[in-house]
Amino acid sequence: MPVAPAAPDALLSVRDLRVAFGALEVVRGLSFDVRPREVLALVGESGAGKSLTARALLGMLPRGTTTSGSVRLRDEPGSYAELVGATRPALAALRGRRIALVPQDALSALSPVHPVGDQLAAAVRSVAGVSRSQARARAVAALDRVGIPDATRRARAYPHEYSGGMRQRAVIAMATINEPDVVVADEPTTALDAELQDQVLRVLGEQREAVGAALVLVTHDLGVVRDHTDRVLVMYAGRQVEQGPTHRVLDRPRAPYTAGLLASLPPEDGPADGADGPVGGAPRRGGSGRLRRLPAIPGSPPAPDALPPGCAFAPRCPLVEDRCHREEPGPWTVGDGHEVSCHRWDEVPYPATELFLERPA
Amino acid sequence: MNQPTALLDVRDLVVRYGTVTAVDHVSFTVDAGETLALNGPSGCGKSSTVAAVLQLRRPDGGRVRFEGRELTTLTERELRPLRPRMQPVFQDPYGSLSPRHRVRDSVAEPLRVQGRWDATGPARVAALLDRVGLDPAYGDRFPHELSGGQCQRAGIARALASEPRLLVLDEPVSALDPSVRAGVLNLLADLQDDLGLAYLFICHDRAVVRHFADRAVEMRGGRLVPA
Repeated sequence: MPVAPAAPDALLSVRDLRVAFGALEVVRGLSFDVRPREVLALVGESGAGKSLTARALLGMLPRGTTTSGSVRLRDEPGSYAELVGATRPALAALRGRRIALVPQDALSALSPVHPVGDQLAAAVRSVAGVSRSQARARAVAALDRVGIPDATRRARAYPHEYSGGMRQRAVIAMATINEPDVVVADEPTTALDAELQDQVLRVLGEQREAVGAALVLVTHDLGVVRDHTDRVLVMYAGRQVEQGPTHRVLDRPRAPYTAGLLASLPPEDGPADGADGPVGGAPRRGGSGRLRRLPAIPGSPPAPDALPPGCAFAPRCPLVEDRCHREEPGPWTVGDGHEVSCHRWDEVPYPATELFLERPA
Repeated sequence: MNQPTALLDVRDLVVRYGTVTAVDHVSFTVDAGETLALNGPSGCGKSSTVAAVLQLRRPDGGRVRFEGRELTTLTERELRPLRPRMQPVFQDPYGSLSPRHRVRDSVAEPLRVQGRWDATGPARVAALLDRVGLDPAYGDRFPHELSGGQCQRAGIARALASEPRLLVLDEPVSALDPSVRAGVLNLLADLQDDLGLAYLFICHDRAVVRHFADRAVEMRGGRLVPA
């Protein structure tokens, strides 16, 4: 089957990507483009297929999975390398140099028995024909660039001597040290607390600027999406439910799932009275307990082996109607680069607070 | 704030690991029916505080008064009748239930251990599951057959089986999928309203704290700091 063309300026072009464990398809036909310096968020919850998608972009899927569709990485203007079905040596030649992964768990991405600087230097020497001392110098410079204090000394330290935030930054330094065109970061901040999250995302952004790379950021955190990304692709049960410019999707979501996720976040600004009370300060509750109820999406995401027919979100959707149980919707283009997969996208209110207010039993 | 009626009154709590002081003279109170949030970055001493409050790890200094009784000087045997009244709910929903027991048996266990199991037991377990928004038919399942949110609800049902006055909620929603977090927070709010439970709520998400807690204290480097 011929593959739909890539957008003319895309660095990475994905078409109808599917990943299956045996007969069980868990990524079910994703298409998107990533342009130079762009940050694309892949959003979804556990089981939605976002981490498998991230790994599929690098051909790094576990044994027993099959990948189909197309993942093309731009070689030079107008010419692309196809990664789906590429040989191991071909993939190895691209990884790190053209496309790199920042994994979720920094500790397991670093070897415990080698100093961090040596591991970065080895990454340099795996690509470029440089001397050991040149590679070491580049390793120290890379650690310095991601904000590791006293990088010369720290380069000689082992991963266990680093804090969690420093480790995550070291892994970012390693992924970007050979200046790849595309960096795929798989929940790089999930294991970190709020302050470290911000730091790490800033470092990732600075690195992207420094090397001119595009970034694919896998996350389930809509706050991160709002603050750090240009485009967002929202996944549910292996499919795209919505994709578009971040501000358009978050300011005017057209899929009930996206609208429900946004509605169920506690408001960023708390109640005006006593919100910034001192230690052990004034009561913060605005009124009766009922006011504390958040809008919530009922139910749970479906297991990949028990997908409902039609739209996978239908059993949880307050706008569900008969055809949702029969026909998988869309995607349809509803605006400038904004795609949605919902039969009733033009009836989704915003904010969707009322739609998702639970009726207490 | 220091009135003797506080359900939980923690004074000058100290926890040391060797030469490291993880909790350094921390004081706070939780009244019946209220939520006190304790937040702060990783490593600030939140979990050590929780362990010392629950007497899972005996503190190295200070006192912990619960329902008017000083816990730090009690023996294990003396603590036993008090433990059901302060129940933890942990971050990892699957870690709070035995993987080898059906959900029904995990929820029933506190009743059996506390000698409260009788002919009404099965009906009470079903009522507890229903109370946390789980179809009692889920009682037949094993934890791995539940979603994260369902599993966390089952963990809350197990905590409720002990008829506690205080729940120590250690990041109860941070491991849950975003689409089910709000539902579990709503459940906790309803339980508090209906049963008058007090919550010591460990959480690092400021928006959640602001929404959910009556009061908040922040911890850094083992000490309470102005929020």
